[in-house]
Parts: sequence; structure tokens; C-alpha cells
Amino acid sequence: MAFQILLNVVLAFLWMFIKVSYDPISFVKGYIFGLLVIFVLRRYFHSRFYLFRLWSFIKLIFIFIKELILSNVAIVKIVLKPTLDMRPAIFAMDTELTKDWQITLLSSLITLTPGTLVIDVSEDNKTLFIHAMNIGEVEAEINSIKNSFEKAILEVSR
Amino acid sequence: MLSIWKRGLLSNVSVIIDFFIGFFILVGSLFCLIATIGVIRLPDVYTRNHAASKAATLGVMSILLGTFLYFYALEGHFNSRLILGIVFLFMTSPISGHLINRAAYNSGVKLWDKSVRDDLKEYNKKVLEKSSVD
Repeated sequence: MAFQILLNVVLAFLWMFIKVSYDPISFVKGYIFGLLVIFVLRRYFHSRFYLFRLWSFIKLIFIFIKELILSNVAIVKIVLKPTLDMRPAIFAMDTELTKDWQITLLSSLITLTPGTLVIDVSEDNKTLFIHAMNIGEVEAEINSIKNSFEKAILEVSR
Repeated sequence: MLSIWKRGLLSNVSVIIDFFIGFFILVGSLFCLIATIGVIRLPDVYTRNHAASKAATLGVMSILLGTFLYFYALEGHFNSRLILGIVFLFMTSPISGHLINRAAYNSGVKLWDKSVRDDLKEYNKKVLEKSSVD
């Protein structure tokens, strides 16, 4: 992905040199033409066309903000309830993610989601131990995390 | 943009912006207050950490956003440090919550009595047995 962006910037500079005009407008024009060229030649790169990846990253950020607001509403509900009847627990969740940055991202996403907080990551980076504020069904919790975040992170790194 | 607002041509926009500034700052301080109540009320380290690391994050973030909007709309001053502050807070506060929890667990702070299950304990026991066999 970094290679494609660098290539695009080089193409934009090439456009500026061809036009002999060195202002930001012609850089932007060259960047757009370069984007077109890279899109046409996308089958020669190893990774996907990088705008797709950028798009899935933006989607991930929106998921993050949505979950942050939902988690705060959940916390407010628990704190302001007259009786403390939640059922805290620590449960294990197996993850398919392998790279370090993916696991870091996943655990900070989990920490900011409704009522879950990562306590530990196992030695072999395969299991996350999560403290849940109010546990219902462990399976349901794990599935919801897997479907939303793990899929989004895999989408970004594909 | 500022002069147009002052002339009152776009006074509706200005009212909407004012509303958002007030909304963000009020909601942010409310979240901070609730986080504080949560820290006092909840029973053990882990549940308190839930309140402190989430509600306080969103609270401070929306206060910063309200401040940013205020200076941008009324003074015409784009303060990029506030945006950076929001991003840094967003990145660091879940990590600090995780570290406090992990340190508490590893130094043997007990869970609340009504806690349901504890998978990490079993895992730690297994790891300990394996290392004693080796």
C-alpha cells in the first residue's frame, strides 16, 4: 500500500514537470491522473488497489466512534441504576489475527466497546482475556466482537 | 465567514453552531461527572476502570471538540492542537486502562464477589503447571 501511494506521488510530480507548472493545483491534477493510471494497472501489484483499503479504514473509524458512544450509554445506565446487579466476569476469546498491530488495534477497540475491557493477551498471541461488565451469553458476546471488529480489521489488512 | 455571520445573513447557521458548542460541552461535562460517580459507586478495580477509562475519555473528547468549535466559529481561529489532543486521547486512554487492569490482576487484586467466571485464572494455572513440568 505504501508503495502504491509513493508511486502516485511520483506520478503527480512527473505531471508537474511535464506541465512546467509547480503549484498545488497541478499536483492535485497529477495525483488524480496517477490514481487513474494505478487503477488501470492494479493487477500488476501484489496488494489491492489502495483506495479500497483506505475506504475500509474509514469504515473502521466510524465503527469505533459508534461503539464508543454506545459503550458510554451502557456505562451511564449501569452507574445510575439504583441497584448494582451486574454480573462481571472474565472470559477468553480466541482470535484469528496474527500480526502485532492487528491485535493491539483489536484490543483497544474491545476496550472502548460496551462493557468490555481487555486484561491480558496470552503468550502465543492467540487468546484475549476480556473482563466484561455485565455478561449475558459468552458466545453471543464473542460473536458480536468477531463479526464487527475482527472482520473490519481483516478487511483493512487484506 | 466570520464577517458574514456578524452581519446576520447566516444567523441560522450561527444559532446551530452555538447549539452544537453548548451541546458538546454540556454532554462532555455530564459524562465526566457520571464517570466520577461510577468510580465512587462501583465495587472493584475492574468495574471502576470501565467507568474511568470509557466515560471520561468520551467526556474529555467532547469538551475538547466543543472548545475547538467555539474558537473556530466565533474567533475564526483553527486550533489544530485541540484536534491533536482528541486523537492522542483516543489512542492512549484504552491502553492505559488495559495496563492498570493487567497490573491489578497480576498483583492479585480480587474480583468482586458476584463475579461469574474467571478464565484467566485457569489459563495461568495451566501455564504454571507446564513450566514446572519443563
